[in-house]
Amino acid sequence: MSDIALATVDLSKSFGALNATRAVNFALPVGARHALIGPNGAGKTTLINLLTGLLAPSAGRVLLAGQDVTRLRPDLRVKRGLTRTFQINTLFPELTALEAVTLAVCERIGVAGDWRRPVQKYRDAVAEAHDILSSLNMAQWCEQRTRQLAYGRQRMLEIALALATRPKVLLLDEPAAGVPSGESEELFQVISALPGDIAILFIEHDMHLVFRFASRIIVMVSGQILLEGTPAEIAADRRVREVYLGNAAIRHG
Amino acid sequence: MAETKAANPAVRPLFATQARWRPQEIAFWLLPIVAYVLFPDYLALARDVAIAALFALSLDLILGYAGLVSLGHAAFYGLGAYSAGLLAKAGWGEPFSGLLVAGAVAGILGLATSFLIVRVQHLALIMITMGVGFLLHEAANRAAFITGGDDGLQGVAIWPLFGKFTFDLYGRVAFIYALVVLFLVFLVARRLIHSPFGLSLRGIRENLVRMPAIGAPVQRRLQTAYTIAAVMAGIAGGLQAQTTQFVSLEVLSFERSADVLIMLVLGGTGRLYGGLIGAAVFIVARDQLSDMNPFYWYFWMGLLLVLVVLFARGGIIGGAERIWTLLRHRIGGRT
Amino acid sequence: MFLSFLGVMFDGIAYGMLLFVMSVGLSVTMGMMGFINLAHGAFAMLGGYVCTTLMNQYHWPYLLTLPAAFLAVVAVSVILERGLYRRLYGASDLDQVLLTIGLVFMSVATMTFFWGTAQQPVNLPSYLSGQWSLGGVGLGFYRLFLIGFGVAVSGLLIFTVERTSFGATVRAAVDNQKMAAGIGINVNGVFAVTFAIGSGLAGLGGALGVNMVGLDPTFAVKFLVYFLLVVSVGGLNSIGGTLTAALVLGVSDVAGKYYVPAVGAFIIYAVMVALLMWRPNGLFGRRS
Repeated sequence: MSDIALATVDLSKSFGALNATRAVNFALPVGARHALIGPNGAGKTTLINLLTGLLAPSAGRVLLAGQDVTRLRPDLRVKRGLTRTFQINTLFPELTALEAVTLAVCERIGVAGDWRRPVQKYRDAVAEAHDILSSLNMAQWCEQRTRQLAYGRQRMLEIALALATRPKVLLLDEPAAGVPSGESEELFQVISALPGDIAILFIEHDMHLVFRFASRIIVMVSGQILLEGTPAEIAADRRVREVYLGNAAIRHG
Repeated sequence: MAETKAANPAVRPLFATQARWRPQEIAFWLLPIVAYVLFPDYLALARDVAIAALFALSLDLILGYAGLVSLGHAAFYGLGAYSAGLLAKAGWGEPFSGLLVAGAVAGILGLATSFLIVRVQHLALIMITMGVGFLLHEAANRAAFITGGDDGLQGVAIWPLFGKFTFDLYGRVAFIYALVVLFLVFLVARRLIHSPFGLSLRGIRENLVRMPAIGAPVQRRLQTAYTIAAVMAGIAGGLQAQTTQFVSLEVLSFERSADVLIMLVLGGTGRLYGGLIGAAVFIVARDQLSDMNPFYWYFWMGLLLVLVVLFARGGIIGGAERIWTLLRHRIGGRT
Repeated sequence: MFLSFLGVMFDGIAYGMLLFVMSVGLSVTMGMMGFINLAHGAFAMLGGYVCTTLMNQYHWPYLLTLPAAFLAVVAVSVILERGLYRRLYGASDLDQVLLTIGLVFMSVATMTFFWGTAQQPVNLPSYLSGQWSLGGVGLGFYRLFLIGFGVAVSGLLIFTVERTSFGATVRAAVDNQKMAAGIGINVNGVFAVTFAIGSGLAGLGGALGVNMVGLDPTFAVKFLVYFLLVVSVGGLNSIGGTLTAALVLGVSDVAGKYYVPAVGAFIIYAVMVALLMWRPNGLFGRRS
């Protein structure tokens, strides 16, 4: 069990009569590069919201590094190493990129409650924020306000914020959403280059990216996990083909 | 990672410039000194501006920086005023300790209500802030045997500052007293704004959802900010009680909460000096136009609010920034 | 004792019905667009002034001033919605609060300018002035009229929302704006109509209530607090919730003033704060 970074036990969520998530059981091992795919409305983002604590489950448990975090507040889960990015840019419009990432770093190292010393005194934090942005080729835009950044840069900033929390488990909700294909490759190169001990689960619709970067694929349909396996297994599976991929995708598998 | 920490020279100036005192700021703080010299007959008005400026600054902390819309901030102002007033009336008229008491009492109320505030948003938040304001106003009204009710609290006798400076008829001492207190609290606020805490408040304002996702304990931050703002507002109220030696129910009124909101928006929220500038403009304008039918005042104030919301969000400072940017581009374009 | 209690209840229910008619529009429009309209009290006030002016200066019969007040406020609200409110639907709470407070100030100043600060007199027609003695309790015709009116309005509204196709589009727009727009519902149009009706009802309530609660320029702010109380306690988007909250508030207010005048409004605010803590979306509200 010690090499399972994140797991769920019979995780369920219903909104009145709507069963958004039904008894989901899955385990994400340390160092995973897993993809979560499924048609729209399958409940993928809902699952991420349940894992991070944004939504409270109707039943079931969430285990982070073996510990039950089902009742734990979202920010405390982040402190334990579970971080997510958002499908729609959820950023700080008036803050500069550097300010935003510095804020995340300060939160991580626990100094964001200090109201007496100016931010600049925390040189290490600022330097680390700058490094993170540099590693994402964002250094030249770090002084720009977030709302002035191009969409692709904002997507990078989403990831930068997540990286600043030094996650052990990283949940990426369609990281390349809306990003032109050249840039999305670059984005995924960055994701692949992340340290091997981080467990990554990413939701993606672009099958090229999924089959290139995922070592394992989870298929979700109507709130349940239909199937889980290697890219080759998934591509070959008849049920998946019917539900989601369509015959054209098989050639890429 | 360790070797890159100190080695990046480009990074160090980036935040440093934020906290440095700019020439405009120094110029701003010279203005009250100029006013003292040039307008010796208007020192009571100048004192009012300083007090209102402090009150507006306290609101800016929660509204401009943390993004909490409060229509009941006068509750802390009024509570501070009554605390300082009652303390003096009870026999302890030392001004500085009176201010500390005013701030402390308001801060306790702020801390208590902060538990309510951080759990709600939008309409419920506005209602709770209004509700606390009305509650306190009603309570003070009913407890007329303590507060003097409609007649106001009289007999507020303040001892001379440092045992030497009595509050004179020209208002010189009162003005300097209020100004110094304003400046000291302002320094604290300025530090807070440029601290990591200030940055996290802006993060909360900019995107409430993202903050827990980067590990921020949002409720705790908001509670701290709200309490600090309550202390500051309480000190402002205490200043009013001590310098006018009188407290009326009006200090707890909804009109007071609305006025300070207008002052802040007029000057520009989230810009540290917005409340100060807005207070100055509002108080001076109201004084100059006071011989006008008060209902005209409300009409033009209402119209001004509508226009500010539609065309001049960011208030005076926002407008000045835009003009400055325009000018810079024009000048830059020519050379 | 018991008789006076019945009398208090009767008065309270009448007052509650009045509050309901005035507040229901606010509940629905705030719930639908999330637009914080603090000028709702000004709409009610305008209706009141239309009524009193038509009666006192132009000698219209009382019952005729009611639809006039409704239509006049509908007209004004349409103009305001098109010209101003529409621009701020996505804006921050603060912007909406400031805009509508600005409108309140302007309306209060305008009313004072034209009509002065005195209470507006209103003379009820004779058929509303008497009372009906039922078992020792005097049931005033006017208050009976208010209660009847309130029941009629709530019935009409509930029927419209639940049974008509317009009501269905309103419910769709409330539940899921994007989806509603996606299936071709003109959400902006639906909202404009709802806003007009809601504001019109406020004006109608203002006209109805002059005899009970008086009318002067401070009406807009004084009653705004009550409307907000009703709406936040009753819950947004809920006609039933608004009705319940309005009745509870009406009865509490009258009973409070009668039985414990020393405490008065204090209890209402305390109860409101406590209720909002327990249920931030109001007793019957759903998050929009």
